[in-house]
This record gives sequence, structure tokens and C-alpha cells, in this order.
Amino acid sequence: MTEETRAEKFLELFNKGKEFTEELLRENQRLRYRIATLETEHTPGSSDEVARLRAEIQQLTDENRRIGQRFREVEEENKDFANRYIEVEEQNNNLANLYVASYQLHSTLDFREVITIVQEIVINLIGAESFAILLLDEKTNELKTIACEGEDVMPGIQTISARLGEGILGEVAKTGESYYINQDVEGGGKVTIEKPLAAVPLKIKEHVIGLISIYRLLQQKDSFSAVDYELFSLLAAHAATAIFSSKLYSQSERKLNTIQSFLDLLTTTS
Amino acid sequence: MENANFLVVEDSPTMRQLISFSLKRFKNAKIIEAVDGVDALKKLSGPDKIDLILTDINMPVMDGLKLVSLVRQNAQLKAIPIIIITTEGAEEDRERGLALGANAYISKPIQSSHLIKTISELLAV
Repeated sequence: MTEETRAEKFLELFNKGKEFTEELLRENQRLRYRIATLETEHTPGSSDEVARLRAEIQQLTDENRRIGQRFREVEEENKDFANRYIEVEEQNNNLANLYVASYQLHSTLDFREVITIVQEIVINLIGAESFAILLLDEKTNELKTIACEGEDVMPGIQTISARLGEGILGEVAKTGESYYINQDVEGGGKVTIEKPLAAVPLKIKEHVIGLISIYRLLQQKDSFSAVDYELFSLLAAHAATAIFSSKLYSQSERKLNTIQSFLDLLTTTS
Repeated sequence: MENANFLVVEDSPTMRQLISFSLKRFKNAKIIEAVDGVDALKKLSGPDKIDLILTDINMPVMDGLKLVSLVRQNAQLKAIPIIIITTEGAEEDRERGLALGANAYISKPIQSSHLIKTISELLAV
């Protein structure tokens, strides 16, 4: 091939390249135009639209904030309701205990049965393992055990004897004021026959007829609870009247039997 | 749980009344009372189908542990859930009761809400 022919071929190739480049530039321009058109088409049409959307976003944000706030308030209310529900449940439980204790105490006029019921209340409702019920002998002014439970853990409670006004038991019987130390703070060393965990007077109005002296609580019970103090108050009054009336009833029954026997005797002799 | 029949086995009338009082929270509950294990077995063979037994441990004639053991050996009764309610709070007592087949063990003094929750859980199964 001559040099002239080669130059012509090169020129031809160059021209083709030029045409191709120009075609690419045109296509590029066409596409740029197309992109610009599309971008214009997808941009919010007016500033009003933008403002409307912004307002909507603001409204939704405010709404969201309000709902969040309300949610937190409702959550607080729920917690409050849950706490109140627990309180009501507890109160309900306490009232049931008090109702049952009072109902049982006045369910009989038999002295021994009344004493058994007092013992049941002290064991099952208060949760005492060792305790004594003492009655005051008004002739000798002495408190004496008439029933007890848990002699094995507190030996001697079956024969307690305390003079009115002497020691803690005597003082409780004299003043009519309950005595509590709640729990044995020194792990068994502090509670004695004379110094119980609690001593609750049994009284009819201001007249003390005896007391309940508690020495040890059940293993699963650490200390007295709020309802125990309510039960103590109930026992102080209701157990006293129940014991007193059952005693009077048994005395009157005995007298009635004596009179009846006397009348029978008179009838037979005449 | 509605229309459930409960058998309360307890020698103390005070406790029987207290437990029965709590059980009245269940709508149309029928409460059958027994004073000891032997009385409970009689009631279990009666016309009422018992859904749950609540028993004390320390009772005369037949104690609660013996009752639990006999119920678990009886093909007709062994599926009845049993709750022991007792003053015995030691861990070994609890383990003994559960080992004999009791489903739950509650120490006295009882909290009504705890009792209701335990029963609801057992009867929901």
C-alpha cells in the first residue's frame, strides 16, 4: 500500500470517529435535556404545595407528640390503678379476716369453744406459733394461763402467773394498753415469759378480763403486719365479750341446774 | 373459672370459713367442707365432681399428707389438683407435700389474693 492510500484510509477512519463523537455529544445533550425535564416533572409543583406538606408534617409531628404524652399518662394511670387494685385486694383480705374472726368468736356460747376459736385466730390469722391466753382472777388480782400453744418452744407458758400491775403482763392488764416489740431482735435471747413479743389486753370497754401473750411467730412470718394490729384490736374487744358472755352463760346454766334440782327436791319431798 | 367444685379439708372452722370466703370470688363456686382426711375421702366419693382440693396438714383422724397420698393412688381421683394450706412453713415440709403429689403449697397465714392466683393457675391448665 502506498503512503497516499494509507493517508486516505486514516482520514476516512478519522472522519468516522468524528461523526461518532458528534453523535455521542448529541445523544448526551438529548439525555441531559430529558433528565432536566424529568427532574422538573418530579419536583413539587408550587411553593403552596411545599407549604401544605410542611404543615401536614408539623401537624402529624404534633399529633404524634400528643399521642406519646397521652400514652405516658395512661401508663401512669394504669400503674396507679394496679397499685390501688393491690391495696383494695389487701384491704379485702383484711376485712375477710376480721369478718371471719368476729363471726366465729360470736358463733358459740360454750366457753371452751370460744377459747379454741381465739386460739385458731391467733394461729391461723395472726400466725403465732407460741402464745398463751391468760384470764384475770378478780378475787386474787392474778393473771393465769387458761390455754396455750407452743409449750415446746416456750416452756412455762402453760403455768404463767402474773400479778396485776407487776411486770409487762401485769402492766398491760392494769392499763389496758397493748404491748408490742414486734420481733425478737436479739434472735431468741430477748423474749421471755415475762417479756413477750406482744401482749394484747382482752377488755370490755375499759374493764380488762385477761390478755393474749404472744411469744413466737410461725417460721414463715418475720413480723407483725398491719392487719395483725387490726386483729389485735378486734380480739381485744370481741374475744373479751365472747369469753365473758360464755362464762356468764355457763355460770347461769350451772345456777339453773342447781335451782332445778332444788325445785325437784322440794316437789318430791312435799 | 366458673361452676367449680372445691373441697376444703380443714379441722378449724375459722380457717374453713376464711378459705370458703376467698373461694366465693369464683363465680358459682360450690364449696364442700370436710373436717379431716377420712371425711374428705367420703366427700370425694359423693355425687359432686371435685375440681380442686384445698387441705390442711395437721388434722385429727387422717392428716393432709395421707389424704394427698391416697388421692394420688386412686385412678378416679388422681388428676384432681391439690393445694396444701398449712402452718408448717419449713422447706422440707413443702418438699414433702409436693413430693407426695400436691400441686401447690401455701403457708398460713394465707393471703386471699395469693390463694386465688394459685387456684386460677391450676384450673387454667
